[in-house]
Amino acid sequence: MTSEQTFPIQSTPRVLDIVSLYPNDMNIYGDSGNVLTIMRRAQLYGYQPVLHAYNQGDPWPEQVDMIIGGGGQDKGQSAIQDDLYMRAPQLQALAQDGVPMLMICGLYQLFGDYFETATGERIQGIGILGVHTTGQDTRMIGNVVEHSDEFGDIVGYENHSGQTVLHAGVEPLGRVDHDGMGNNGQDHTEGARLHNVIGTYMHGSLLPKNPRIADFLIGQAARRRCGEFRPLSDANGKRELERLNTLAEQARHVAMKRPR
Amino acid sequence: MQSTKRPWQAVFTPAIGKVIRKLASLRGGGTALPGKIIEQYDPSFLARSLAQLPYGVVLVSGTNGKTTTTRMVASVFEQCGLKVFTNPTGSNFTRGVVSALLGAVDMRGRLDADIAVLELDEAYAVHFVKQVHPRAALLLNVMRDQLDRFGEIDHTAQLLGKVAAATEGVVVLNREDPRIRALAHDVPAGTSVRYFGLAPALREQFPTDDAMQTTVSVQQESVQEVNAADAQTEHTHVIDKQTGNAQTEDAQTEDAQIPAADVLLTQVGTHQATYQFGDQQYATPMRLEGLYNLYNAAAALAVVHAVQPELSPETLIRAIAQVTPAFGRGETIDYHGTPIELVLVKNPMGFRLALASFDPSRTATMIAINDEYADGRDMSWLWDVDFTSLRKQGVAMVSGVRAWDMALRLQYDQVAVEHVDTELTAAVDQFCDSDSETPKRIYCTYTAMLAIRSHLAHKTHVDDVGLK
Repeated sequence: MTSEQTFPIQSTPRVLDIVSLYPNDMNIYGDSGNVLTIMRRAQLYGYQPVLHAYNQGDPWPEQVDMIIGGGGQDKGQSAIQDDLYMRAPQLQALAQDGVPMLMICGLYQLFGDYFETATGERIQGIGILGVHTTGQDTRMIGNVVEHSDEFGDIVGYENHSGQTVLHAGVEPLGRVDHDGMGNNGQDHTEGARLHNVIGTYMHGSLLPKNPRIADFLIGQAARRRCGEFRPLSDANGKRELERLNTLAEQARHVAMKRPR
Repeated sequence: MQSTKRPWQAVFTPAIGKVIRKLASLRGGGTALPGKIIEQYDPSFLARSLAQLPYGVVLVSGTNGKTTTTRMVASVFEQCGLKVFTNPTGSNFTRGVVSALLGAVDMRGRLDADIAVLELDEAYAVHFVKQVHPRAALLLNVMRDQLDRFGEIDHTAQLLGKVAAATEGVVVLNREDPRIRALAHDVPAGTSVRYFGLAPALREQFPTDDAMQTTVSVQQESVQEVNAADAQTEHTHVIDKQTGNAQTEDAQTEDAQIPAADVLLTQVGTHQATYQFGDQQYATPMRLEGLYNLYNAAAALAVVHAVQPELSPETLIRAIAQVTPAFGRGETIDYHGTPIELVLVKNPMGFRLALASFDPSRTATMIAINDEYADGRDMSWLWDVDFTSLRKQGVAMVSGVRAWDMALRLQYDQVAVEHVDTELTAAVDQFCDSDSETPKRIYCTYTAMLAIRSHLAHKTHVDDVGLK
């Protein structure tokens, strides 16, 4: 066996182009932790992640293998809105083409059909996820554990006043055990899944303590870009991943027992 | 303002309050209970008591640095000969002020003080100004802190806008914080506005909340495998380049909007600083620890200068030089000859400024993270702090309820951690008793700090700060 066959990366660099969407305005709840987790883990799996911070007015990156977006304040949301509408066709095409995306909180809402504020004003979304959100006076705040067939238990922290409803045929990311938490406090759903797009209210940050979701996103990005997800970790990389996973397991264990 | 007319039963307020206060302290309880009872029994007690002060109330609020700054303002007034009433550390809710007042008034409700310097949490400051209009308000900064309590920082700025709107004499604002600077619009006619600030050359050492978000763009570099020996210099270079650029651009576009400041911090060093009043520079040694406290001192100087313009800058500088750190804000405890420094961290910007303020070399580092209500339940904030400056030295101990979250955070920044123990007192013992020659530093959240202080007090001398 030649070295080329063992390490095909030497001829084709295993680059993954990761887009951080509106990091200047939509980055309120430690969302950069999600970006860091993707960058670090992809690298430990032997890929060469390249980060593109995309803010309104920037040129759109030529190659996009994953998109990560976060939450913002009201002001941040209105600052990015026009640019988001302009990019909507591109984002829709990428979503339908299977590009993995993670949208937290504010961008989860804007990836839906619309957001109606408590005063009745309707803010248009970009319609990638079949959901809509209604503003409420009471916030849903606190630690959350939700259950997913694909990712097991997902731990995080929610903090939102919008109540989100999934339209018929849209799958949630997970299910919560009690009223008063999750998408809308009533139907025990949390988040939404479509193609490889995940929308969720979970932060904390989400990905460090839920490495299965991080690896799902990296895996989908690699399959789409390189045809397969083939981790090529050296001994150091394997050790480091094991260490990260063990620490995440401990942190999850504690987080699950904390009061809401 | 609420009426300060005495209800008939108010004649009993001091006596009742003092008895409850005594009982509460015997039970070892907190300071808020007597305040809670008296707020119900005699709602105008707060306004009535504070209305007696000839120089009125100076209110200090903002996300970071309230406690230390309040202590500085009170200390400078005291050194200039005023009798100062102030609320004890940590009781920055209205009830805490009422409880403290109950201890300070005599049986006839008289308050023997010239001026009150009160630290109030942003939300309670609004509650407070509905009852008492401050003579001066010092508004420090708005940063991401406990978003689970106030929602968002723009909302927090609005809360402080209400404080500015209720202030009768002078509002002193941080000109470097765009959200605070904008509060000048909320100041009513007849109330003056003053500013404190930084010389432009110092701005990049004190990033604003918005500038903090540039970290995402440097993460590309920070995930690369690092060689421990040159990790620090390499990464620092990247950060300086990035934030430096961002700051310069900001400075250019913002310079036109930045007003002149009464007091500027113009130079910083270890235990020394230079302040500018007008066009005159004053260099002074300082007893305070940490870069950001030197900036808080500029805020304190500005508010004293605004309230008592007859005091000379020399007098104020001499007084500020004498101020010692507030508990847990760079406070050093002597532990059998080894200094143990406690640094309170409660939000990403505070943590970043603390890491930038204290040199990690030749010091063992411990981090203790709790998630009680007072600390904030959400751990997201740890991911907004860049820990790469600790790579070279590593972290000897990580503790607190959320020790594993912290350890995970450090691992993603490739910072080596020696021990993780969620049992705080055991962790403190192990940390303090190992390697007794090396000075120690503990970064801790609020409730972790209280627990560490009280534990260390059993083993060595720790100043009583009246928390019981």
